[in-house]
Amino acid sequence: MNEQLKKAAPWQRHWLAVVLIGVVLLAVPFVAALGGQAWVRIANFAILYIFLALGLNIVVGYAGLLDLGYVAFYAVGAYVYALLASPHFGLHLPFWVILPLGAAIACLFGMLLGAPTLKLRGDYLAIVTLGFGEIIRIFLNNLNAPINVTNGAQGITLIDPIRIGDFSFADTTTIFGLDISGPQKYYFLLVALAIMVIIVNIRLQNSRVGRAWQAIREDEVAAKACGINTRNIKLLAFAMGASFGGVAGGVFSAMQGFVSPESFSLMESITILAMVVLGGMGHIPGVILGAILLTALPEVLRYGIEPLQDALFGRMIIDPESLRMLIFGLSMVLVMRFRPAGLWPSPQRRRELAESAN
Amino acid sequence: MDTLLQQLINGLTLGAVYALVALGYTMVYGIIGLINFAHGEVVMIGTMVAFTVIVSLAGSGMPPLMILGIGLLISVVVCMALGWSLERVAYRPLRGAPRLTPLITAIGMSMVLQNVAMIIWGRNYITFPPMIEKHIFHIGGATFTNVQVAIVTLAALVMLGLIYLVHRTRLGMAMRATAQNPQVASLMGVDINRVIAMAFVIGSALGAVAGCMVGSYYEIAHYQMGFMLGLKAFTAAVLGGIGNLAGAMAGGILLGVIEALGAGYIGQLTGDFLGSHYQDIFAFIVLIVVLMFRPSGLFGERTGDRA
Amino acid sequence: MSEPQILLQAHDVAKHFGGVKALHDVSLTIRRGEIYGLIGPNGAGKTTFFNCLTGLYKNESGHFVFDGVKLTADAPHKAAEVGIARTFQNIRLFGNMTAIENVMVGRHLRTHAGVLGAITRNRATMAEEAAITRRAEELLHYVGIHERAHDHAKNLSYGDQRRLEIARALATEPKLLALDEPAAGMNGTETEALRVLVEGICKDGVTVLLIEHDVKLVMGLCGRVAVLDYGEKICEDVPAVVQKDPRVIEAYLGGSVA
Repeated sequence: MNEQLKKAAPWQRHWLAVVLIGVVLLAVPFVAALGGQAWVRIANFAILYIFLALGLNIVVGYAGLLDLGYVAFYAVGAYVYALLASPHFGLHLPFWVILPLGAAIACLFGMLLGAPTLKLRGDYLAIVTLGFGEIIRIFLNNLNAPINVTNGAQGITLIDPIRIGDFSFADTTTIFGLDISGPQKYYFLLVALAIMVIIVNIRLQNSRVGRAWQAIREDEVAAKACGINTRNIKLLAFAMGASFGGVAGGVFSAMQGFVSPESFSLMESITILAMVVLGGMGHIPGVILGAILLTALPEVLRYGIEPLQDALFGRMIIDPESLRMLIFGLSMVLVMRFRPAGLWPSPQRRRELAESAN
Repeated sequence: MDTLLQQLINGLTLGAVYALVALGYTMVYGIIGLINFAHGEVVMIGTMVAFTVIVSLAGSGMPPLMILGIGLLISVVVCMALGWSLERVAYRPLRGAPRLTPLITAIGMSMVLQNVAMIIWGRNYITFPPMIEKHIFHIGGATFTNVQVAIVTLAALVMLGLIYLVHRTRLGMAMRATAQNPQVASLMGVDINRVIAMAFVIGSALGAVAGCMVGSYYEIAHYQMGFMLGLKAFTAAVLGGIGNLAGAMAGGILLGVIEALGAGYIGQLTGDFLGSHYQDIFAFIVLIVVLMFRPSGLFGERTGDRA
Repeated sequence: MSEPQILLQAHDVAKHFGGVKALHDVSLTIRRGEIYGLIGPNGAGKTTFFNCLTGLYKNESGHFVFDGVKLTADAPHKAAEVGIARTFQNIRLFGNMTAIENVMVGRHLRTHAGVLGAITRNRATMAEEAAITRRAEELLHYVGIHERAHDHAKNLSYGDQRRLEIARALATEPKLLALDEPAAGMNGTETEALRVLVEGICKDGVTVLLIEHDVKLVMGLCGRVAVLDYGEKICEDVPAVVQKDPRVIEAYLGGSVA
């Protein structure tokens, strides 16, 4: 009996948890909608960030490559979608062409950046990727003259939503008497994508490639001596992370209907990295928690700070926007101070840390 | 020809500032291997404090140079205290934590400082009151001001002072020893905690000087100014080989000159396809190219794999 | 015997560090199926020779011919690919991976599953994964630490870590196993067990290159021995002859006096 249980896949062992999570996932967009569609959009962003953070987790958590320019690939995916499905160039290609294309182009950018730089040691790689992210953003901001490619700081508007035949993700549809709004539809699409990236993360972790990543993280010289072509294996992680970023960017474009360089600042890269580290690097549930918290916290603060100040002092003492970012920064510092391995680290990492502290 | 000379002069000024900020990054990195992301914010606070002091003394009837001097001094002292507290409160408890932990803390601190600055000094650009009369000098078709002369001279003096400190004093020796091998240094009686704290304090002092320079050169300040400045300066430090003081100085000046030249010539180089808005990408492109060929920076030691 | 008798030939291999000559035109020949010892005082260049052979360093001049083919190995993973596996003087295991995972990493080179296979978990990938696990288990048995298979490598005892490193190296299916001071820090019993293990490996068809400080172990184990001193080979012969060579005695005694 015990043997049988061991052989069963985790979801068979924890079927109750799976059902519960499924119910919660189904209910979220409808419960959120009670507070207005804005809350559904926030839920959508939380899931989009889960997707992005788990994509970055492959690069940072598994392969141990510190990528501070992840947002560049997100931007590439978003602009590929925006340029090929908007009135800007008058192109309206279907999403099933552009999303994979966006992923492929992001992947190509990842390889172009990674091939010459992945031999650099950690902190140098961090600053190079950071620089690359800035280069991409500066180009997006300025490539409106002499040829208007990106429309500069104004960004690109009227981007097509994802559409399958007559079924558009932007409109409200009524199914069995239940109104399902545009954001709610994107919610389910995003959940599907997130489940996909979770499966990819889980399956890669215990695979030949996943072990090679871990080996490189532990001791690169020994990994080479074992016959691992470390450059190619790192490049693989980098390219995979970039592709996920590209897909996320495409969905972001379609969902928002508008992109501008402002969405792809360094702060965005840092936020995604913070999700990975804050949650618990390399540990999938931790990364998911990190993504949800860091998306929700600023929103909760946004809706909480003004009324709170109002109630306490009867007026705004401190600019709510700064206070919000201040608390956000402070909570990052505090979490790292008291949970250096993240909020929900893998049991193994927790042990490592406990041992190194002794 | 006159553009070339002009851009070289501007680049040298900017480079002197980068070099001072880069030293702050490199000292901390050389000793504890941390990218102190909040350093750019320390520089910004330095500018802001100097601004406040200068504005509040402006009507006091003191001689302008004295006001400037007091502003600089107070700004240096405030930043030193800030650097010290940063290390004490945010980084010291994290020694021995996973590598990325202090990095996230640094990013968090940077957000905190930025927003504290915004709460204190507002979200708009602040204009520096002109304290000294500007003199413009002409040389071979190019111009430079007395402010530029003052910036470059002051930067050179400060850097000479730092070199003296690191190579000729007990503290400097302790710092070099700690950078080489913290364990051995502590066995030899070096107080590691003090050395690390001093690296932050000295780096912040240099940052404050740089902050005052930026303020008086551009005559404006903004709560977000530390970010790009810090990024460029860090790039300069990496360019020179991070952990290497001479490298940071050279990297800073080199970066300033490259940026100025790039901004001056990019239109010509690309047939007006790219304009001077692209000034900011030079730093990063140069960085990527240099690291491709010299993975440890221009003056960094080659650290080969050890078996 | 269709295979050539000679497995590895080093021709005038030289390596400098700045102005210091770490290796000075070292030539030596290792025959298939033997245990070949490389000894010498501290700093004689043994590990440097190893690192050149395994592609960790680039030698300035000279070359290696391995299994009849000139080595162009400029990257360590290529050395492993042609069949040279190594261990490290200061054990380099993947400390936070389990013992069996360490050995499974060693199988990387001889297996193929990629990202797509891992994600789809197709039949070929699953079969390969099972084969990797099986082989890793066998190798842990072979070196005698199968009971520790699921312990983290860093929690193993010193002797077991050495054995694990050997198992990991063997997982790459080497023709030549290069051991860098495997007995360093071992007590008498552990050294004896190691001797038995190395003999077994050789008997099972893997040629062994052994760098060692423990002269007694080398003399008892190796068929032939080369002695390095100040980066130069001063002697190469069977142990009995090497032991009596005046230059060797001079190198060791001179070294200990200075």
